[in-house]
Amino acid sequence: MSEDLKSRVKLLCGVYDPETLPGEPFGGKVLDFLGALAKAVRREPGAEAYTDVAAFGFWCRRANLLRMKESLGLAGERIGLGLVFHIAPSNVPVNFAYSYVLGLLAGNGNVVRVPSKEFPQTELLCRAIRRVLEEEAYEEIRRATSIVSYGHDKEVTDWYSSICDARVIWGGDETIETIRQSSIPSRCREVAFADRYSLGIIRPEAIRDMDGEALGQLAKRFYDDTYLMDQNACSSPHLIVWLTDQWQGTEEEKEAAKDRFWQAVADGAGKYALEPIKVSEKYDRLCNFLADTGDEAEVRRCGGNRLYRVLLKTMKQPVDTYRGIFGLFFEREMEGLEELAPAVTKKVQTAAVCGVSREEVVRMVLENRLQGIDRVVPFGETLSMELVWDGYNIIDQLSRRIG
Amino acid sequence: MDYVDILALAPYGIGREEKEQIVAERLSWLTAHHREHCADYRKITDGLGYKEGAKAGSRDIPMMPVRLFKERELLSIPKEKVFKTMTSSGTTGQQVSRIFLDEETSRNQQLTLARIVSEFTGQSRMPMIIIDCPSVIRNRAMFSARGAGILGFSMFGSRRIYALDDSMKLNVEEISAFLEKYQGMPVLLFGFTFMIWKYFYQELIRTGVKLDLSQGILIHGGGWKKLAGEAVSREEFKERLREACGIQRVHDYYGMVEQTGCIYMECECGHLHASTYSDVIMRRMEDFAPCGVGEKGVIQVLSMIPTSYPGHSILTEDEGILLGEDDCPCGRKGKYFEVTGRIRNAEVRGCSDTYEQK
Repeated sequence: MSEDLKSRVKLLCGVYDPETLPGEPFGGKVLDFLGALAKAVRREPGAEAYTDVAAFGFWCRRANLLRMKESLGLAGERIGLGLVFHIAPSNVPVNFAYSYVLGLLAGNGNVVRVPSKEFPQTELLCRAIRRVLEEEAYEEIRRATSIVSYGHDKEVTDWYSSICDARVIWGGDETIETIRQSSIPSRCREVAFADRYSLGIIRPEAIRDMDGEALGQLAKRFYDDTYLMDQNACSSPHLIVWLTDQWQGTEEEKEAAKDRFWQAVADGAGKYALEPIKVSEKYDRLCNFLADTGDEAEVRRCGGNRLYRVLLKTMKQPVDTYRGIFGLFFEREMEGLEELAPAVTKKVQTAAVCGVSREEVVRMVLENRLQGIDRVVPFGETLSMELVWDGYNIIDQLSRRIG
Repeated sequence: MDYVDILALAPYGIGREEKEQIVAERLSWLTAHHREHCADYRKITDGLGYKEGAKAGSRDIPMMPVRLFKERELLSIPKEKVFKTMTSSGTTGQQVSRIFLDEETSRNQQLTLARIVSEFTGQSRMPMIIIDCPSVIRNRAMFSARGAGILGFSMFGSRRIYALDDSMKLNVEEISAFLEKYQGMPVLLFGFTFMIWKYFYQELIRTGVKLDLSQGILIHGGGWKKLAGEAVSREEFKERLREACGIQRVHDYYGMVEQTGCIYMECECGHLHASTYSDVIMRRMEDFAPCGVGEKGVIQVLSMIPTSYPGHSILTEDEGILLGEDDCPCGRKGKYFEVTGRIRNAEVRGCSDTYEQK
């Protein structure tokens, strides 16, 4: 890297010119390093104040990494590609660390661009990473790591893009378009995480049959899926589909089950910082939806402005246009998954389920030859990072198999 | 009650109960009118659960978020009836509100402004100095908030001059000659708060020019946002102007292009007043419940004027505090309040559209 470019980049961890370092996925040294990192993160003063930092520390424990490896079932002899260039999104503070770990696990050296916007979480995590990298045992990893921040500087992006073997772009369609203006070598791979849409599927009897404690747990998990990220993450559900195929009670009891769910969600969202500007934006989004739609809809508020329910009596638009924010949810009754299938577009990423099995949803995708739905998870896990994400097996994407 | 009859009522002479009756009746009528003539408005109010015919108080009238006027073309008249389109004066790159007026709404705005302002200036017109540059009103096809304000207030002037030239330079000689000519007579000054501060007050200080405006009445609006950086309070603004040019009577007003005409004038006690023709409700943002006296909330503005666009009940993004009703020491009836600022931008989380904005 030229001195000129160096002067435009802020080095947070590792070195300016990282070495290309292909290695076996889940290599012993890497697992040791990550295990040490998990401990260092948890020991970092102030970390406990940030649930996202704590969750990262918990996620990269050795035992969890091995569990994920098991479930992945890697086939054949594999080796990392060499050097991976990661572009992290600007408003999910800890995402850069996950991306870095994925690059390491696949067996690569890594350049990670963190956003120039400063988050306390970035600083905390970088401090922990630096601390572990300084240990002599991990010198090799240090020399293959470059965590940097820089502004909108195409020349810097051009440079990193020209030397990498794979490029990972987070942050949605606009970012992908911007970054793609910097070309990559012809054999270079690219994993781009585009804008996605997610939904939830619930059978009302599952709610009816829950005791208060279980319902409270569900509400808490639903909060983590949605409010925690302002309902603005790709995997945050916007639409709840109520499956009535197995419902045996009366119409009133069914409505009561739905009300019970939303009331629990509103109660669980009591700690959400509902700033006036968010209410203003959410109310505006609601009014725009009402004016735009040709759908029949009824709006119900729950817990004041904390939660808006939009009950769709028709659904004439592609499913991914029913998009909420700050606790604005659409809901629609359907008689079975066959009714949902035609509405699922390519944009749909995660289906969070309750009272519905993963197998049922997977079968719907296969039988109906759908292009959407890359994940089926229980509520509360929509944001958990996995090695298979957005339909990619990321370890496979960032390594090669020797045939 | 027709708007003509409402306008015949004294601007600050109606007490709480009578006012509520007038407001509720007129706003319910306007709501029904716009539901009939504006499809977007009908769909929104249907979705929000508005029931026509049900007895509605002023607080039950559905509110349109102010941003909606930036995002959509909302009008209740056929396009060919649009007499003029007003826009808010957003900075470049920002979306601006577009407000569509027919002759009736435009005329009622003018008449209302006249009723309100003459309570402070008296009935007769007077020599007027506009503290702005003449080019602001030259393009009449699109009225910016600044141009509309100047044109609206121009009717109070018998003779008018602009204090600034088109390069924003202060015309000291012309102003001095004007003041000399009308010596001893009350003179009206009008302009936007920030422009007055930057191009008039600061220029007087810089050049050391002394103007005698002891007979002047200054009316200014447009908000304090741009002055926040200079930490000038309303009190200090008055005080410094008094020192610089002897002006005694200074009235701020709160208003917006979305409800032109119905401005909220500052009285001698420093309070902003709702006139008979409009009203304010401070809303708690956790549930939109009306705030009590002394409690900060987001300002909802109600105007009894607009028939050409559905802007009779708007939720702004300004924060304010209701100070009281019917009992301001200045003697005017109606609600009085203060504006404390704009609601702050939040840091939105999530992973869509996340490449940093420049």
